[in-house]
Amino acid sequence: MIPEIGHFALILALLLALVQAGFGLLGPRSGQPRYVEAIPFAVAGQFVFTALAMGCLVTSFVQYDFSVKYVAENSNSALPLFYRISALWGAHEGSLLLWIFVLSVWTVAVTIKSRSLPQSFMARVLGILGLLSVGFLLFTLATSNPFLRLDPAVPDGRDLNPVLQDFALAIHPPMLYTGYVGLSVAFAFACAAMIEGKLDQTWARWTRPWTTLAWSFLTAGIALGSWWAYYELGWGGFWFWDPVENASFMPWLVSTALIHSLAVTDKRGLFKSWTLLLAICGFSLSLLGTFLVRSGVLVSVHSFAADPTRGIFILAFLVLVIGGALALYAWRAPLLKSQAGFEITSRESFLLFNNILLVIAAAVIFGGTMAPMVSDALGQGALSVGPQYFNPSFLLPVLPLLALLSVGMHAGWKRGNLARVRRPVLGTLALAVALSVAVCFGAYDFDAVLMPVGVALGIWIALSALVDPIDRLRRGLSLPAGILGMSVAHIGLALLTIGITVVQSATKELDTAVAIGSSAKLGAYQFRFDSTKAMEGPNYSALQAQVTVLHGGKVAAVLAPQKRSYWVQQSPMTEAAISARWDRDLFAAMGEDLGNKTWSLRLQVRPLIQFVWFGALIMMIGGIISGLDRRYRVPKEARDVELVAGAAAAGPAA
Amino acid sequence: MRRLRACLPVLALCASFAAWAVDPSPPMADPSLQERYLTLTHELRCVQCQNETIADSPVEIAAQLRREVRESLLAGKSDDEIREAMVSRYSEFILFKPRWSARTALLWLAPGLMLLAGLIIGWRVLSRRQQLLASDPSTVDEETPV
Amino acid sequence: MSKINRFVLPLAGFALLVVLLAVGLKQAPEKGIIISPLVGKPAPGFELPDLLQPGNKVASSQYQGQWYLVNVWGSWCVACRVEHEALLQIKAQSRVPIIGIDWNDADDAGLEWLSKLGNPYTRVASDSEGRTAIAYGVTAAPESFLINPDGVIVKKQTGVMTPESWQRDFLPLVAGAAR
Repeated sequence: MIPEIGHFALILALLLALVQAGFGLLGPRSGQPRYVEAIPFAVAGQFVFTALAMGCLVTSFVQYDFSVKYVAENSNSALPLFYRISALWGAHEGSLLLWIFVLSVWTVAVTIKSRSLPQSFMARVLGILGLLSVGFLLFTLATSNPFLRLDPAVPDGRDLNPVLQDFALAIHPPMLYTGYVGLSVAFAFACAAMIEGKLDQTWARWTRPWTTLAWSFLTAGIALGSWWAYYELGWGGFWFWDPVENASFMPWLVSTALIHSLAVTDKRGLFKSWTLLLAICGFSLSLLGTFLVRSGVLVSVHSFAADPTRGIFILAFLVLVIGGALALYAWRAPLLKSQAGFEITSRESFLLFNNILLVIAAAVIFGGTMAPMVSDALGQGALSVGPQYFNPSFLLPVLPLLALLSVGMHAGWKRGNLARVRRPVLGTLALAVALSVAVCFGAYDFDAVLMPVGVALGIWIALSALVDPIDRLRRGLSLPAGILGMSVAHIGLALLTIGITVVQSATKELDTAVAIGSSAKLGAYQFRFDSTKAMEGPNYSALQAQVTVLHGGKVAAVLAPQKRSYWVQQSPMTEAAISARWDRDLFAAMGEDLGNKTWSLRLQVRPLIQFVWFGALIMMIGGIISGLDRRYRVPKEARDVELVAGAAAAGPAA
Repeated sequence: MRRLRACLPVLALCASFAAWAVDPSPPMADPSLQERYLTLTHELRCVQCQNETIADSPVEIAAQLRREVRESLLAGKSDDEIREAMVSRYSEFILFKPRWSARTALLWLAPGLMLLAGLIIGWRVLSRRQQLLASDPSTVDEETPV
Repeated sequence: MSKINRFVLPLAGFALLVVLLAVGLKQAPEKGIIISPLVGKPAPGFELPDLLQPGNKVASSQYQGQWYLVNVWGSWCVACRVEHEALLQIKAQSRVPIIGIDWNDADDAGLEWLSKLGNPYTRVASDSEGRTAIAYGVTAAPESFLINPDGVIVKKQTGVMTPESWQRDFLPLVAGAAR
């Protein structure tokens, strides 16, 4: 009964989504306010029914209802409760349902928070969001229904894929989808503005908090995925330039560009058509990612089971949504002109190059990801593109981006004043170079020329991000959330830069055969293989090793890597053991039993790798602080008053 | 499905499970050979677990391909000869780092070309905006960065 | 270039991308199958222990000047069991010798398989170290290579050989040459 209720709820949600899309897009033209006024009810109803559908699927998982095909395929009676719930998005069908639910949550948030915006504009925004919802609901009901029954029911389920039985991966999809789908808000705002043929600075102000919040979730989602890959996939790396990782990274880069170009459009009314294009592209790339992951066109570790029918459906949807938006763009964008000017030393100029470089970085990844497909399609034979291509190619636009960032943060709007900027720029640069040289040559044994450069850039960004807030506080000025959030996010980026640079240049690793009782030396550390013992988990049995790590004769960590065998899927799993500290991770993982009490072990010392996740976390926090800035939420009239007051307050101090 | 492909249990090993190889062979005596060995094994794509390098893949064929690399290095073959030998059997698919050729030229040049194009476009926008500056009466609060 | 054109560019780029994705979707089922560069090239030579006659060698040189099929299999391979029936049929119907290469397998496991399921092979070579399979660019069992009297690989089957694919893709090559 419960799965049928869920199925029925999805159908009702589809009908309401149709109402929302129809009323939203056609209502404002009809001139009859009742259509527009009905939209919030459709939004609310759709939320209730998608939530009900989610609830039904969760209930089926919790109650071990193995007559539901999706439940039988992705859980088992021995699976702990937490993973039975997260199994909901463990495979294609359920993750689509999650996608739809998240879209519904964003739509509700937009409906509530944007009541003060013009009614026709809001109707169109909700209409576009409704259209997206229709597409995904149709897709789910037609090709990927999670509520299908098995007849006869099976006695027990096939279990959740063991790699997904992990905390980070349980929360990674909701985070990532909240980010992906959140970009649909900026997309809908852009489409609505184009339909209305009107785009002013206030439009940018409305769009900014939504974009920034979506970006924060996307940041968290990507970081969680990378963290998971690091300790669970166990190769010891954290980014593999896999097509699926790239598919999530491209919208991130483009939405980062969008955040910055929105700032210019908000402040100066510039870059309007460019901002629109970025808003379209950001969400389009997340849709494209969905296509790449679920259609089987690319070879990837993370991809869902491939199904060409699904591929055709998503492709048609892409053509409709992205093609429609870009056609609208080709029609309306030429109308948007701005006569505002700026000087080369101005903030606008730096943000212009920020955008160009970020888009190039995204384009480089796009090119590398699609190249194998292009080569195949042109009959040119197989081609692989891996880290050896992506690493240097990505650095090419990103190094100048990081270098410009520190200078750009001090630049004023419109003209900028070189003389005033010189002192903080040169001061921070000198300090950063000195610190970098001291740290790199003092603390690390590294082999890459780029290491002192990357560390210096990171420190420079962090110092530069501190200059403005400290200066404001010293002068007794207020520190608005927008500025605070920006500084925090840039400090996060600085930590990320330092972390990636150091871990890439100064990691020590060794794959080796070690006998019980003997040890292996790695840099300043001694890894001693003490013993192995058998043990059992809730749904697996394991062999656990004990590896003691010594540093200067003292015990630095005791590691317990495991080789697990999950009972249901009978699969071997390698659980690496990691001792994490702020300045280094010690890593040990078991390979094969080589006989004679000897095992092959993978041992690593990874300096500063925690900076990578910590930096991403801080970036996310910065985004949230900035996205929740009150100034974005004040209605238009009140905002103008406040701006004048703010300018008056800032004036005399300047 | 037109072709019933490959032996499923082996594929499943890499497709869904986090088992990976730990290369148990002792480092080569010559450190420069060991360096080249690590570089090459991280460049070669495992033909079975197609998203892993042969250095990381848990399947037997990856171990055998590593053995092939090791023996070729000891036999005095150059890196390019070893790559060529692999390509002649498994096609360019096996190289994670595409070799420079007419076919891959655009791929390798793309980042540089895009950077160049970006600089030119940026420069043109900038000079247009500088010209507009004279006729732009708008005032901005220079202090507030966001 | 006029102003309007510039704003149409994204749409044009997207149209191109859609074409690419559609082609990619059409080719998706073949994704991950490596098209062997060895087809049309001389077959790698091999000399391996004979699984059925210990002490003897199976060598490619022994088959110089005639058509033969090299089939890579292993007793650990589930798909090979599916293929086995087809190979027995092909053996009964055609005169092309089939050389089995027992790949990455223990010899006694291979022998047990043949005694239980029947032997479709003219000779069986034991490639327990996988060197010959790598020389042939094998990625996963089963794979089959048709080699002509000049020692050139003229056709390769990745995955299970069926009587139909033998009749359709392989036999005409042999028969055509004979005519």
